[in-house]
Amino acid sequence: MADKVITCKNLTKKFGDFYAVHNISFDVSQGEIFGFLGANGAGKTTAMRILCGLSYPTSGEASVAGFDVYTQQERIKQNIGYMSQKFSLYENLTVLENITFFGGVYGVPAAQLKERSRQLIAKLGLTNEAKKLVASLPLGWKQKLAFSVAIFHEPKIVFLDEPTGGVDPVTRRQFWDMIYEAAANGITVFVTTHYMDEAEYCDRVTIMVDGKVEALDSPGNLKSRFDVTSMDEVFYRLARNAVRSGD
Amino acid sequence: MKQFLVFIRKEFFHVFRDKRTLLIMFGLPLVQIVLFGFALTSEVKNITLTVIDNSRDLNSRQLTDKIKSSSYFVVNESNIDYNDVLKLFKKNEAKCALIFPSRFGDDLKHNGKAQIQILTDGSDPNTAKTVVNYISNITSAYQQEISNGKPLEYVITPEPRMLYNEEGNGSLNFIPGVMALVLMIVSTALTSVSVVKEKELGTMEILLVSPFKPLMVLISKAVPYLILSLLNIIMILVLAVFVLDVTIKGSIILLFLESMLFIITCLSLGLMISNTTNSQQTALLLSMMGMMLPTMIFTGFMFPLENMPKVFQWISNIIPSRWYFLIIKAVMLKGLGFGYVWKETLILFGMTVLTLTIALKNFKTRLS
Amino acid sequence: MNPVVLDHITKTYENGKVLAASDVSFEVASGELFGLIGPDGAGKTSLFRILTTLLLPDKGNASVLGLDCNKDFEEIRRRIGYMPGRFSLYQDLTVKENLDFFATLFGSTLEENYSLIKDIYEQIKPFNNRRAGKLSGGMKQKLALCCALIHKPEVLFLDEPTTGVDVVSRKEFWDMLKTLKQQGITIVVSTPYMDEAMLCERIALIQTGKILTIDTPGKIIAAFPVPLYAVKAKDTYRLLTELRKRSEIASCFAFGDYVHITLKDNSNESQTDQLKQELIQAGHEQFEIKRIEPTIEDSFIQLMSQTYGR
Repeated sequence: MADKVITCKNLTKKFGDFYAVHNISFDVSQGEIFGFLGANGAGKTTAMRILCGLSYPTSGEASVAGFDVYTQQERIKQNIGYMSQKFSLYENLTVLENITFFGGVYGVPAAQLKERSRQLIAKLGLTNEAKKLVASLPLGWKQKLAFSVAIFHEPKIVFLDEPTGGVDPVTRRQFWDMIYEAAANGITVFVTTHYMDEAEYCDRVTIMVDGKVEALDSPGNLKSRFDVTSMDEVFYRLARNAVRSGD
Repeated sequence: MKQFLVFIRKEFFHVFRDKRTLLIMFGLPLVQIVLFGFALTSEVKNITLTVIDNSRDLNSRQLTDKIKSSSYFVVNESNIDYNDVLKLFKKNEAKCALIFPSRFGDDLKHNGKAQIQILTDGSDPNTAKTVVNYISNITSAYQQEISNGKPLEYVITPEPRMLYNEEGNGSLNFIPGVMALVLMIVSTALTSVSVVKEKELGTMEILLVSPFKPLMVLISKAVPYLILSLLNIIMILVLAVFVLDVTIKGSIILLFLESMLFIITCLSLGLMISNTTNSQQTALLLSMMGMMLPTMIFTGFMFPLENMPKVFQWISNIIPSRWYFLIIKAVMLKGLGFGYVWKETLILFGMTVLTLTIALKNFKTRLS
Repeated sequence: MNPVVLDHITKTYENGKVLAASDVSFEVASGELFGLIGPDGAGKTSLFRILTTLLLPDKGNASVLGLDCNKDFEEIRRRIGYMPGRFSLYQDLTVKENLDFFATLFGSTLEENYSLIKDIYEQIKPFNNRRAGKLSGGMKQKLALCCALIHKPEVLFLDEPTTGVDVVSRKEFWDMLKTLKQQGITIVVSTPYMDEAMLCERIALIQTGKILTIDTPGKIIAAFPVPLYAVKAKDTYRLLTELRKRSEIASCFAFGDYVHITLKDNSNESQTDQLKQELIQAGHEQFEIKRIEPTIEDSFIQLMSQTYGR
C-alpha cells in the first residue's frame, strides 16, 4: 500500500450535545482521489475543516500529510491546497495577478514565481488572456485556473469543495482530466460534494449520513453491493432515512 | 386592499424579527439623544476667566472672590479694555470674560440693581452655556447673601453675550438635528435595504409576477416605515421632554405634520436608491454616505452654516433635512406657527414631490 | 394554440456583449412536462424571465396561454406560477406565514386550492410554525413549490428547482411534479443535471444561448449517430491518455470509472477487438470494452461538439 497521507481514527466533533462528526475513521493513500459525500448537514464541511487545520476535533485522532490536527495545524496548512466552487479567485484581478498573488501567499519562492506563472499560463492555453480580468473568463476556464492555482505550490493534498457543480459536460470532463493528472503526479485529491455525478470519478468514496460514515468503498463496488447503476441510487438507499438535513 | 394589509403585516414581521433593524431603529435615537444631551454638556472645570473690573469697589471684588473660590474657574484679572478682550477671543486666548461696568457698586447700592456682562465663545456652545450658567448661579447666590435673606433688595442682572454664534446654536438645537438624522436613517436606509433585500432573495421576482400592482409593492414597503418613523419621532420627543427637560413651545400637531412630510421625502429617497442597486451593501452605503453625511454637515445642527464657505451654504439649500431642521427648530424651540414656516414647508413639499415622482417613475415593472 | 410559445427569441445583455439567448424557438403543449437542460450560464434563466414577463427579448415573440408576453403581461402574471432559481422565500417568516402571504398576494387563500397542494403541503405541515430559514433544503423547496401553486396556475415555470438539493429531496421533488402533471398543469422546468432529463416528456438541450436539440429524451438518445463504447481499465487516467493518442478514436470522455469512446470509422465491428488486444498488451489490467446505449449526457457532448466544432 502507498503512503497514508490522511488518517482519521474515531474522529469526533461535538457542538454542545450535537455530534456534527461522530466517530469517523478512514485512511487516504497518496495519489488517491477520495470522495467525501453526504447531504447538506451530514457533517462533511465540519470534517473537512478539521482536516484542513481550521478547527480542532473534540476527540479522536487524525493526521494530514503526517502532521497532527491538534498540534501542527500551521504545518498542515503549508501542505494543502484548497478550491471551492464558490470562492477561489479574485474576479477583479487578472489571470496573472491571481496566480502570482496565490503563489506568493502559499510561499512559492519569488525567484521561481515569474517563470512558473508563465509556464502555468502557457500550459492552460491562457497566454492571450493573461492580462484579462478573471471575471471575463468563461466559467469552465475559471475553474481550471482555480484548480491550477490550488496546486501551484505543489501541496501534498488538495481539497476540492463541489468543484464542478453546474458546468457543461465537456468542461467537467476537462476538469476531471486535470484532477486525474494531478493524482497521477502524486497529489492526493480530497473531494467533498453532494453532486453524485462527481462521486463517480473518485477512486474511493465515503458516504456520510448524520455525522457517521455509512459506506466506504470504490463507486463500482458500492454500485454492485446495492445492485444499482448509479451513485445517485447508492446514495438514495443510504440517505433516505437520514434524520438530519440542513442547508 | 387585503393584499396591501397582508403585505404591511409581513413588513412588520421582518422588522420585529430582526434584532439589528430594531437596534438601529430604536437604539440609535436613544443613544444619540443621550450622547448629545449629556456627554456633550458635561461639567466644565478650571476654565480661565478673564475678569475686567472697571468699577473696583467692594461688591465687584466680593463677587470676583466668590468666583475665584469656586472650582470652575481660574480667574485672570486684567486691566485691558473691551476691544482687547475681543482680540483675545479672536486669538483663541480667552474662552470667557466677565466685565463689571464702571459704576457697578454704585448702581447696586443706589438703584438696587446692577449689570455684569459675560462674554463667551459661541463656537463652543456647550461650554459657553455652562459658563453662563455657573456665573449666573454664583451671582444669584451672592445677591442673596448681600440681601441677608430678605426679599431681594439688590438685583444683579448677568447679561450674557455669545460671540460668533449669538443664537446659541447647538445647545438644544441638537434635538431637531437628531430628529432629522434618525428619520434619514430609518426612512432612507432601512427602506432601501428592505427593498433591495427582496431583490437579493429572489422574492422580488415573485412579487412582480404576482397580480399585486408593482407600484403597490413600493407603497406597501414604504407605509410600515412611515409608521415606524412616526413612532421614532414620538420616542425622541418623549426623551427630550422627560429626560432632557426640553419644553416643546409650538404646536405638536404642526410638528407631526411637518415630520410626516419629511419622512415621505426620506422614503422617496430610499426608494430611489433601491431602484439603482441590487445589493444591500451598496444600498446601505449610498444611504449612509449619500444621506447621513450631508444631513450632519449641511443642516447646521453640528456646524453653524453661517461660518461655511458660500459654496457649502449654497449646496445646503438642496438638502431636504436643512429645511426640516429650520422648520422644527422654529416650531419646537421658538414656538412659531405655520405662518412663519410656510416658505420652508413649501420648499420641502416641492422636494418631496420631485423625489417621489422620480422614485415611482424609475421603478421597473420588469427586471432590467 | 400551445400554452407556451417562443418564436425566434434573442436576448443580449450589456449592449449585446453577452448573449443569453440566440434565436431560440420552441413550443410546449398543454399538460406537458417540458425540461430545459443545460449548464450554468446557458441562458435558461433568461428564457424563464422572458416567459414570466420579467424581461423583454431583443428580438422575437413570446406568448404564454395565447397572451403576448410584452403586451398582456398583467393577465399572464395572474395565470402562471413561477419559482425563480435560488428562490428562498422569506427566511424570517414561518412556513404558514409565507404561505398565507403568497396566497393573499395572488388573491387566493390556502383553503381555496387546497386539493392541489395537499400532498406537498402535508409533508411540511408539521413545521407550520418554523421559520423558513430553519428548514432543510428539501423542505424549503417544497414550501416554495406550494407558494408557486397556491393560486392554481395554468402553467408552472420552475427555474432550477433541484439545484443544490440532495439526492433524496430531488427524487421526491420529481415525484411531486409527476403528480402535478396528472392534474393537467403545464410544467416548464430547467435543470443542470443531465440525469433529470429522462424524467421529462420532452426536453430542449441548451448551451450558451443556443438550443442544441428539442425532442423526447428517448428520441434524442436514439438519434446518437454512431455506436458508443464504454471502456474500462484499472488505471483510468492512463487509459484516457493512451486512448486520446490513438488515431482511430473520434471522441473520448471519462464517465465515472468508464471511458466512453466513439470511433472514426464505424464500418468495421472488429476494430474494438483489436483495440482491446493492443491495450491489454500495453499492460492495462482489468480491461473491458462493451457497446452501450448513450445517455443524455453523451448526446449533449456529441451535439455540443457538432455545434461548436470541439
